Amino acid sequence: MITTVASGKGGTGKTTVAVSLALSLVENGQRRSASHPLFLDCDVEAPNAALFLTPTIQQRREVGYMIPEVDLEACTYCGRCAEVCQYHAIAVVGEKVLVFPELCHGCGSCTLNCPTQAIHEILKVTGTIERGWAGSIEFAQGTLNVGEPMPVPIIRRLKQWAIPPKPGDRPVILDASPGTACPVVESMLGADFVLMVTEPTPFGLHDLRLAVEVARDELGLPVGVVINRDGVGDTGVESFCAREDLPILMRIPLDRRIAEAYSEGKTLVEVYPEYRKRFESLFAAVRQLAATTNGRGGQ
Amino acid sequence: MKQLVILSGKGGTGKTTVAAALAHLASQEMSVVLVDADVDAANLELVLDPTKQEEHQFMGGQLAVIDPEKCTSCGTCAEVCRFDAVITGDEAYSVEALACEGCASCFYRCPEEAIRMEEQQDGQWFRSNTRFGPLFHAHLFAGQENSGKLVTLVKQQARLRAKTGADLVLVDGPPGIGCPVISACSGMDLALHVTEPTVSGVHDLQRILGVTEHFRVPSLVVINKADLSPARCSEISAFCAQRGVELLSHIPYDSVVTEAMVRGLPVTAYTDGAVAGALGKMWVRIRDQLFT
Repeated sequence: MITTVASGKGGTGKTTVAVSLALSLVENGQRRSASHPLFLDCDVEAPNAALFLTPTIQQRREVGYMIPEVDLEACTYCGRCAEVCQYHAIAVVGEKVLVFPELCHGCGSCTLNCPTQAIHEILKVTGTIERGWAGSIEFAQGTLNVGEPMPVPIIRRLKQWAIPPKPGDRPVILDASPGTACPVVESMLGADFVLMVTEPTPFGLHDLRLAVEVARDELGLPVGVVINRDGVGDTGVESFCAREDLPILMRIPLDRRIAEAYSEGKTLVEVYPEYRKRFESLFAAVRQLAATTNGRGGQ
Repeated sequence: MKQLVILSGKGGTGKTTVAAALAHLASQEMSVVLVDADVDAANLELVLDPTKQEEHQFMGGQLAVIDPEKCTSCGTCAEVCRFDAVITGDEAYSVEALACEGCASCFYRCPEEAIRMEEQQDGQWFRSNTRFGPLFHAHLFAGQENSGKLVTLVKQQARLRAKTGADLVLVDGPPGIGCPVISACSGMDLALHVTEPTVSGVHDLQRILGVTEHFRVPSLVVINKADLSPARCSEISAFCAQRGVELLSHIPYDSVVTEAMVRGLPVTAYTDGAVAGALGKMWVRIRDQLFT
């Protein structure tokens, strides 16, 4: 049961909700087992969940994507690699082959199409993936190296590494990055449900609308909404959810104590333990909606 | 002509609030060209009330399309695709458009020549008029890539416009540290980092400062919602001092910021309280840094 927590607009409380949800699905001091929540921080540009879950990291890998390396003994400088590369990441100039790693997407097309098999691929490291445990929550995160442009290969490798092939009933919670572009799509692909955390303001609404377009209309996934800082702005988000038939699964009021706790790395369920029950119910609703809503066919 | 970009690393710290206020304040003293570089979730237009003057297509990339008549379901495309974009099944295969990166690997390998590459419109960009100056903004279609390319394009257009006589190009940047952020940073004279006094804000500020240092863009920092945690503010202050980055000012948390947003106004045009005061002082400091 894979749930991606997304939002469109940044800073609406994705991490707060994702972390509190995971914490609400385990008992304190419970022994670890393979049925416990698995948490993935997919916001590899600004990964923050570890600041709240304080996991013990047990494994760490350097990841990135495969870039071409040309064996000049075998190369005939025919230029086929440059011709097939759609990203202008490899060029043949006279008897020289130039590779531009920052333009390469690691698709492997140059290697496959080289008539003399003169290209092999080497890993260009652009980030790390890590995993371990935070109490009885299994935790994994990806981190894009500073200065590197492409988050998607890190997210892809993180998912492949950390999510078991058939998670079944096990709660798998993915904390996505803000926005609606390719890293968000990568964090939603394969999910059973997308939980949108928004705030009731014009900015929140504008970006929620775009994020719903991606999750529900483009990817065909069932979507539910959490309204954070309820009471802060206007009624635009409410009307939008009603009009679009989007279930509002939880409301978290605007509360300075929650914001102050967040600033110190404390979670919502630590400040208000009564929220554990509410997050349990939220997750029951998510399970139900994921099971009954056929997103792609239902729209 | 000087260029300023507003960044944050962490989302939702108040980049657009600060950018709109700076647009308002700067336009009272000089000629400004505005850019919204957060092309997948563009919000500056919500508080600048733009009137669209031009609308253009953004042709970003391409997409593999499989001809079901020619496809024999041999599986070669799925084998070579590293983006898991080929949807296999009993019948003809198809391509998941959002997963396809347009690499054409399948196009070159398909033994039946059943695949063609189609150019794809990834978004739109606009030139608009606002009461503070021309605005160049864009809309990347849901889930598309090439956000960096689109950011570069709107920035180029804004610069061309600014060369005809503007003093300042003001760029509202995207969150994160990836490709659209790098595109937004490139060639800027100054970056203003809007952070918040939270563990996440501090963590992400360190990462975004790494990016601007890497691309040699000088930085200034401002703390938004500063009264939330005096302890975290001291931490940011110490960290900035150690890194040799000036901490400009503290903007207090105030519900007037949201009220202004609901009314579609920059906060400095809505009220003259403590928030507007802090933003005003901040602008003077930025102006001095850029123009003297």
